[in-house]
Amino acid sequence: MEFAFTSEQKMIAETARVFFTENATRERTRQAMACDGVDYALWASFCQELGFSAIGIPENLGGAGLGLVEMAIIAEAAGAQVAAFPMFGSLVLCAQAIAAGGGAGQREDLLPRLMSGETIAAYGHAATLVDDGNGLSGEAAFVAHGASARIFVVTGNNGAWIVKADAPGVSIAQLTTMDQTRPYARVVLSGVVGEPLAQPGKAIAAAQRAGFVAIAAEALGGAQACLDRTVAYARERIQFGRSIGSFQAYKHRLADMMIEIEQARSAVYWAACATDEGAVDAELAAHAAKSFAADTYFMCAGNMIQLHGGIGFTWEHDAHLFFKRARALQSMLGNGDWHREQVAAMIFGEMA
Amino acid sequence: MKLGFSTGDELFRQECADWLNGQMSGEFKDIKGITKLTASPERRKEWEQRLGEARWGCIGWPIEWGGRGATLGQQVIFAEEYARAGVPGRVNHIGVELAGPTILAFGTPEQKQRFLPSIAKGMTIFCQGFSEPNAGSDLAGVRTAARLEGGEWVVNGQKIWTSLAHIADWIFVLSRSEKGSSGPNGLTFLMMELRQPGIEVRGIKQINGDSEFNETFFTDARCPADSLIGAAGDGWRIAMGLLAFERGVSTLGQQMGFRNELDEIIRAAKENGAARSPLIRQRIAKAEIGLRLMRYGALRMLSNADHSKIDGAALTYKIQWASWRRGLGELAMDVLGQAGEVTDTNDYEWAALPNLFLFSRADTIYGGTNQIQRNLIAERGLGMPREPRGDA
Repeated sequence: MEFAFTSEQKMIAETARVFFTENATRERTRQAMACDGVDYALWASFCQELGFSAIGIPENLGGAGLGLVEMAIIAEAAGAQVAAFPMFGSLVLCAQAIAAGGGAGQREDLLPRLMSGETIAAYGHAATLVDDGNGLSGEAAFVAHGASARIFVVTGNNGAWIVKADAPGVSIAQLTTMDQTRPYARVVLSGVVGEPLAQPGKAIAAAQRAGFVAIAAEALGGAQACLDRTVAYARERIQFGRSIGSFQAYKHRLADMMIEIEQARSAVYWAACATDEGAVDAELAAHAAKSFAADTYFMCAGNMIQLHGGIGFTWEHDAHLFFKRARALQSMLGNGDWHREQVAAMIFGEMA
Repeated sequence: MKLGFSTGDELFRQECADWLNGQMSGEFKDIKGITKLTASPERRKEWEQRLGEARWGCIGWPIEWGGRGATLGQQVIFAEEYARAGVPGRVNHIGVELAGPTILAFGTPEQKQRFLPSIAKGMTIFCQGFSEPNAGSDLAGVRTAARLEGGEWVVNGQKIWTSLAHIADWIFVLSRSEKGSSGPNGLTFLMMELRQPGIEVRGIKQINGDSEFNETFFTDARCPADSLIGAAGDGWRIAMGLLAFERGVSTLGQQMGFRNELDEIIRAAKENGAARSPLIRQRIAKAEIGLRLMRYGALRMLSNADHSKIDGAALTYKIQWASWRRGLGELAMDVLGQAGEVTDTNDYEWAALPNLFLFSRADTIYGGTNQIQRNLIAERGLGMPREPRGDA
C-alpha cells in the first residue's frame, strides 16, 4: 500500500501543469469563450504533441494504457487553468464509452480519430429517445461542447448510439451558456439513422465511472487554483496598514478552503485508484469524489470572489471563470444530493 | 499509487483477527465493546500487558524495542481488525503514540532502554503534562517551574486537562527551568514518576458527568537529574516534535472507533425509521464520505516519505476529524430524537451516542482548538502573516 504518486505519475503531473499554464492562458481562453469554447491550438497540441489524449485508452486499442489515476492527474491540471477544450466530452465520456462498449469496427474507426483530436465527439443523454424503426428521435438538452462535435454518443434509457453530426435529421443549437469555456448545445434528433454501440450497458457504465472521477479531478484543480490565487492576492493587498491576509476573518476562510481541498484531493485519488484496482468500494468512492470535490470547488470559487472584493466581481478578473465552471461541475452527471443519495442507499443496503 | 493489500497482508489480517477475537471471546470478554476511556481501568491495564506479551502493543516500533517493525499496510490492518473485534481503546495511547515515539526520536540510549520496552509491554502508562490554567492555546506560556537541586529536578506548579492522570504511572512535564525566561525559551521536557508525595491528581467533572481529565498539582515534586529529554532549555523543540507524532498511525485506530460510532447511528436510524428521512440520509451519506476521506487522508500522510515538505493532509487533519466528530454527535442526537436526551441510569451515565454528543464538544478544543488550527493552517500551510503577539 502506497497512497502517493509514483515517479512516473509525478512526471505526468508536472508536464501537464507546465503545459496548461503555458498554453491555456487567460487571453486564449477568452478568445475561445467568444466562439464555441474550444481553443483549437490547445486541443491540437494536447492531442498530438503531448499524446495525453491516449491516456486511459487500452494499449491494444492504440491508446497509451495507464488508468484513471493518470487521467485524473491531467484533468486536475486542466481544471486549474479552466482550460477551454473538449477533453471531458470527447476523450473521457465518448472515448471511454466506445472503448468499453463499442464493437471492434467502431473502436478501430473512432478511437484513433478521437485520440488524434481530428474528430471531436460529444456525449448526450436523451431520456425520451425512441427508435421507432424510422430512426432515432429525441432531444439531448445539455450536450457539453455539442456545437463543436462531429459525432455524438447519444444514450437513451435502453441503448447507446453513435450519431454523426451531419446526418440527416440532426439539428444542433449552441446555447448561450453561463460557463463559456464549456458551452452546452441542444441536440434534437428526428428520424436519425444511428449506429448502436454493441454493449450499451458497458459503454454507459464506463463513461460514468470516468466522468465522475474526471469531474472531481477537474474540480480539485480548480479549487486549488482559487486558493492559490487568493493567497497571492492576500499577500499583496494592504488595508488598514496591514496585508489583508493577516486578519483572522480572512485567513480563517483561506484555511477552510485548504481543509476542504485536502479532503477533495484524498477523494479524487481514492476514487481513481479504487476504480483502477477494481476495489469493492470503487462505486461509493466515485459518488463521494464527484459530490465532495464539486462542492469544494464551488465553496472555494465563491470565497475567491468574496476575498478579492470588488475586483473579483469584474469580468476582467478570472474569478468568474472558476465560479461558473464550479457551478457547472456541481450539476453535471448528477448533483451532489443525487450522488449522496446513492451513497445512502449503499449504506442502508438498498441497492439492487 | 496503490491501495490494495497483498496476499501476505491478507494472511497477516487473518492472524490479527484470530488473536484479537480469541482474546475478546476468552479471558478479556468482560471488556469487549467498552467505548469510554475511563471504564474498567484495572482490566484495561491488564489488557495493555496482554498486548505487550504477544508483541501487539506497538507493532510499528522497531523489533529491538518490543515492536514488530510492521509495514504501513500491516499497521492499517491491525487498526482495522482491532476495532472490528470490539476491543476497547488503549488506556496507554499517550505512552504508545506520544511518549514512546518522542523517546525514540530524542532520547538517550539509556532512556530508550529504560522506557521503550516497558511501554511496549504495557507496564508503563503515560499521561501528558502540557496545558496549564494560563497556558492553553498559548502553550509557550507555561509557568510550572523546575530547578536542579542536589542532583534532582524539583518541580512546582500546576497542569490541567491531564487526560488519564488518575490511571497513569508516569507524566511528561513541560516545565520552565530558566528563571525569568518567557515564551518557548527556557523550557525543559521532564519525565516524572506520577505516584509520589509531591504530585496530587484531582479529577475534573466534565459536561458528560465523567472525569477523564484532571488537574495535576506539583509541590516540590522530584525526579532524577537525568530525567530530561533533550537538553535543559530545549523543551519546546521536544514538545513540538511530540505533537507531530499525534498525526501518526494512531489516527487509523481512532478512525476505527469513529467507524463503530457511525455504524451505531446507522443501526439506530434503520430501527427508528429516521433512515427514511431524505435529510437524515444526506447527513449520514456526508458523514460516511467524511469518514472515508479521513481514512484516505491519513493514508496520504502516512505514505508521505518527505516530511521536510509541509504536508497539507497532515496539517489539516486535526480540525477535519474534530469537526467531523462534533457533527457526528449532533447527527446522532437528531437520529435518536428525545430518546437520546434521557438515560435509564440514576447517576448521569450515558449510552455511547449521547455520550458522543456531549464528549465531542471537547474534540474541537483539546490538542489545539479549531481556531488555533485555522491560524496554523493559514500561517504554516499558506504563508499568511502570523498573528501579532501582545506584550506578555
